[in-house]
Amino acid sequence: MNAPCALEFSGLAKSFSGVRVLTEVSLTVPAGHTLGLVGENGAGKSTLMNLVAGNLRPDAGEMRLNGVPHAPASSAAAAHAGVAFIHQELNLFPNLSIAENIFLTAFPRLGGTPVIDRSRVHARTAALLTEVGLALAPDTPVERLSTGQCQLVEIAKALSQDARLIILDEPTTSLGAHETATLFALMARLKERGIAMIYISHVLADVLRLCDDLVVLRDGAVVGQGSCNEFTHERLVSLMVGRSLTQFFPERKNRPAVEPVLEVCNLSEPNIVHDISFTLRRGEILGVAGLMGAGRSELARILFGLDPYAAGKIIMEGESLGRITPKQLIGRGLAFLTENRRAEGLCLEASIADNITLVALRDQTRTPFRLLDFNRWREAIATMRRAVRLTARADDAQPVRTLSGGNQQKVVLAKWLLAKPRVLILDEPTRGVDVGAKFELYQLIFELADRGAGILLISSEIEELLGLCDRILVMSRGELRADLPRAEFDREKILQAALPVEEGNA
Amino acid sequence: MADLSHAAAKSVTDRLTATLRRVALSEYLVLWLSVIYFLALAPFTPGLVSPENLVNLLVALLPLFLVALGQTFVLITGGIDLSVTSTIALSSVVGASIVNGNNGWLAGQWFAAPVAVLAMLALGAAVGALNGLAITRLRMPPFIVTLTGMMFFSGLAIWFTQSKNIGGLPVAFTRLGGNGWLAGAIALATGAFAHLMLTRSLFGRWLFATGHNARTAYLSGVPVRGVTLAAYVICGFCAALAAVLYTGQAETGSPVLGQRVLLDVIGATIIGGTSLFGGKGKVLWTLCGVLFLKLVDNSLNLLNLSIFTITMVKGGVILFAALLDATRHRLAGSRP
Repeated sequence: MNAPCALEFSGLAKSFSGVRVLTEVSLTVPAGHTLGLVGENGAGKSTLMNLVAGNLRPDAGEMRLNGVPHAPASSAAAAHAGVAFIHQELNLFPNLSIAENIFLTAFPRLGGTPVIDRSRVHARTAALLTEVGLALAPDTPVERLSTGQCQLVEIAKALSQDARLIILDEPTTSLGAHETATLFALMARLKERGIAMIYISHVLADVLRLCDDLVVLRDGAVVGQGSCNEFTHERLVSLMVGRSLTQFFPERKNRPAVEPVLEVCNLSEPNIVHDISFTLRRGEILGVAGLMGAGRSELARILFGLDPYAAGKIIMEGESLGRITPKQLIGRGLAFLTENRRAEGLCLEASIADNITLVALRDQTRTPFRLLDFNRWREAIATMRRAVRLTARADDAQPVRTLSGGNQQKVVLAKWLLAKPRVLILDEPTRGVDVGAKFELYQLIFELADRGAGILLISSEIEELLGLCDRILVMSRGELRADLPRAEFDREKILQAALPVEEGNA
Repeated sequence: MADLSHAAAKSVTDRLTATLRRVALSEYLVLWLSVIYFLALAPFTPGLVSPENLVNLLVALLPLFLVALGQTFVLITGGIDLSVTSTIALSSVVGASIVNGNNGWLAGQWFAAPVAVLAMLALGAAVGALNGLAITRLRMPPFIVTLTGMMFFSGLAIWFTQSKNIGGLPVAFTRLGGNGWLAGAIALATGAFAHLMLTRSLFGRWLFATGHNARTAYLSGVPVRGVTLAAYVICGFCAALAAVLYTGQAETGSPVLGQRVLLDVIGATIIGGTSLFGGKGKVLWTLCGVLFLKLVDNSLNLLNLSIFTITMVKGGVILFAALLDATRHRLAGSRP
C-alpha cells in the first residue's frame, strides 16, 4: 500500500503534571481509510485526538499530515491544516442558523468588503447539506435540529473547510438506528472521496463493520493494532479491558414476582404518547425499545411528573398518582435517571459527596433542627460508593466533573439508590460508558431487581435490552407497538415494531 | 557541578512557585491580601493602627457585613439582589417614623423600639418575598426584578418622608447600632446562625444544589422554588437588620441611607470568593471580603483623599480582586 499516509504518529507521548497519559503511540491512517480507535474511558483516546486537533501539544514524538509535519498551535491551525474534530458534545451554536454555523469563521465576503455575501453562503450551504444528505433549509436555526442532524451539520462544516481527516468521537451515542444508518452511509461516501477518518466508539460492532484498521489503547499505550479482519468482538474487549470478559451480561438468578408496582393505563398526551398501557412488576426489568423520537424519554418524563398528560392513569403500588411533583414522587419511592447525565443528573461542580446525598438528604439529618448528622452522612456516602463500586481513586470532596463518564453515571445511580426506590426509570443508563463500567452497571441493575425494585429500562442498544430485560416494550411514534416476553425476544421483531409504519414517511 | 547548582536553584523556584500557588489558590486569599495591605499601608497612614481607628473600622463593617451576608445567600442560588439598598432606606424611614420622639406613631411608648425593629425586619422580609415571588413564580430574571425593585422602593422611601431625614430617635433604638458591643453581638449571632444554616442544614445544602444546577436539583426532589424564594427573603431580612444598625449609627432615619453601598455589598461578596454564577459561597468568605473593602475605605479616608478619589481607587481594587480571582480559576483549571 503506497498511498500517501493522511496521518502518521510516531512515538507520541503526553503527561499531565507527571502523570503519563500517552506513551509511545505510533500509528498511521492512509488516505481514504477509516481507523477505529477503541479503548476504555480514560485510556487516552481523547487526549490523542486533542493532540491532532491542536487543543494540546505533545511532550515527545511527531505527527505528520499528508507527509508534512503537523504541529498545530491551536485548534484553528489544525482546522486550517485539514483536520476536523467532531466532538462527543457538539460544538454548534443553537441560536444561529445552519449556514451561520458552517461559515462562522470563514464567511464569504462581497468583494473585499466586510459585508457577508448572503446568497453565496446560502448556495454553498445548500450544496453542502445535499452532500451530507440533510434535507433542510440553510437558514434553519440549529436549536430545531435533532442530535443526529447536528452531527451531519458538523460534518458539512468539516467539508466546507476542506478537511482531509475527520475525527468522529462517539458519534452514535445519541443517535437512533435510522440516523446512525444515515451517518454510516455518509461515512462510506466520504471514504470514497479519499477522506481519512478516525472513528472512536464504544459500540464495537459498528467499529468492526466500518473501519479498515483498528488501534486499541489501554492506559495510554497501543495494545493492539492491525487490519480490522484480524479482530473479533471478544478479542477487542479483552484487549481493552486487559483481561478476558467471558460474558457481557451478568447471570440473572431471580425472576420477577407477579405483584405490580407501577401500572400505566391508557396514557395519552396529544402528539407525544398515544394510549400507552403496561404493568411493571416487582423485581422486573422492563425494557423500552424504539428509535429516537419514538416517545420513550417523553413517556419517562410524564411518569416522573415533569410533563403533563391529557388522559389516562398512572398507578403506583395500588395508589393512583395524580398530577404530582418529582419531590412527591421521590417520596413515594420513584427514581428517574435521565438520559442527560450532565445537565439533569449531576451538579458537575459540586462534590461527589454532595451529589450522592442530594436526593436522600433528609435521611442524613437529625431532629430537632434538621441539621446534618455528619457521621450518618459520611457513612451513607461510603456505603453507596461501595455499592456502586465507584473508583477508589476519587476523593469524596472532588467535583464530579473530574470523573469519567462511567463513574459519573455510578454517582447518579448512587444518588438514587440511597433513597431506596421501589420503581426506577433508567433512561439510557450506559450511554458514553466504557465496557468495564457497563458490566458493573448491569450487575447493579440486576441487584436492584433482585431486591424487588421494578425497573423501566430505556435503551437504544438492542443488545443491552436483550441481555438484561425480562420483557421488552417496543414504542414507535408515541405508540406501544409490541410487548415481548423473554421467550419471544428477537432482534428482527423488535426492529420491525420500532420502525414507523409507512405513511408519507418521517 | 554546574548541573547540580542548577538543579538546586530549580528546586527552590519550584518550591516557591508551589507556595505562591497554594496562597493564590487558598480560599482565604482575601484575608491574606487584607493583612498585606494593612502592613504595607500602616507606616504611611497616620492613625491606621491606632486602637480607636481599629474599633471604628470594626464597628463600621458590621452593617455592611449583614447586607453582604444576605446577598451571599442570593448569589449562591445564582441570582442577584440589587434592591438591598432601597430595602435599607425604606426600613430605615419606616422604623424611624414609628419610633421617633417628635411625631412618631408610637412616640414615647416603652414598646416603640421593639415594635419598630420588628416592623423593619418584617418589611425587609416582605420586600425579599416580593422579589422572590416575581423570580420564582413569574420566572423573571433576578437582575430586572431587583433593579426595578430598587428604583421603586427607594422612590417610595423618599416619597414617604417627603425627602426629609427623621431625627429624634430614642436611645433604646439607636444603641442597637450605636453601641459597638450590641451591634457586634447582633452581627456575630446572625453570622454564626447563617454559617450553621449554610453548612449544616438541609436548606443550606439545597441552596447550593439549586445554585449548581437547578434542573438537577429539581429532578432530585429539591424544592427549588421554595429554596430560591427563601434566599431572597433572607436577603431582605438581612438588609433590614443592617438598616437597624445603620439607622442607629446615624441616629436618623434617612431615605437615602445606604444608597452608595450597593457596589460595596456586591463587591465585598464577590471579592470574598462567592461566585456570581452560583453554587459557591461562605459566610467567612463574605466577612473577609467586607473586611478588605472596609479596610481600603478606612485607609483612604485617613489619607485625606476626596470621596471621588476613594471611589476610583475602590473600583480599581475591586477590579484587581476580580482579576486575581480569574487568574486563580485559570490556575485551578490548569490542574489536570
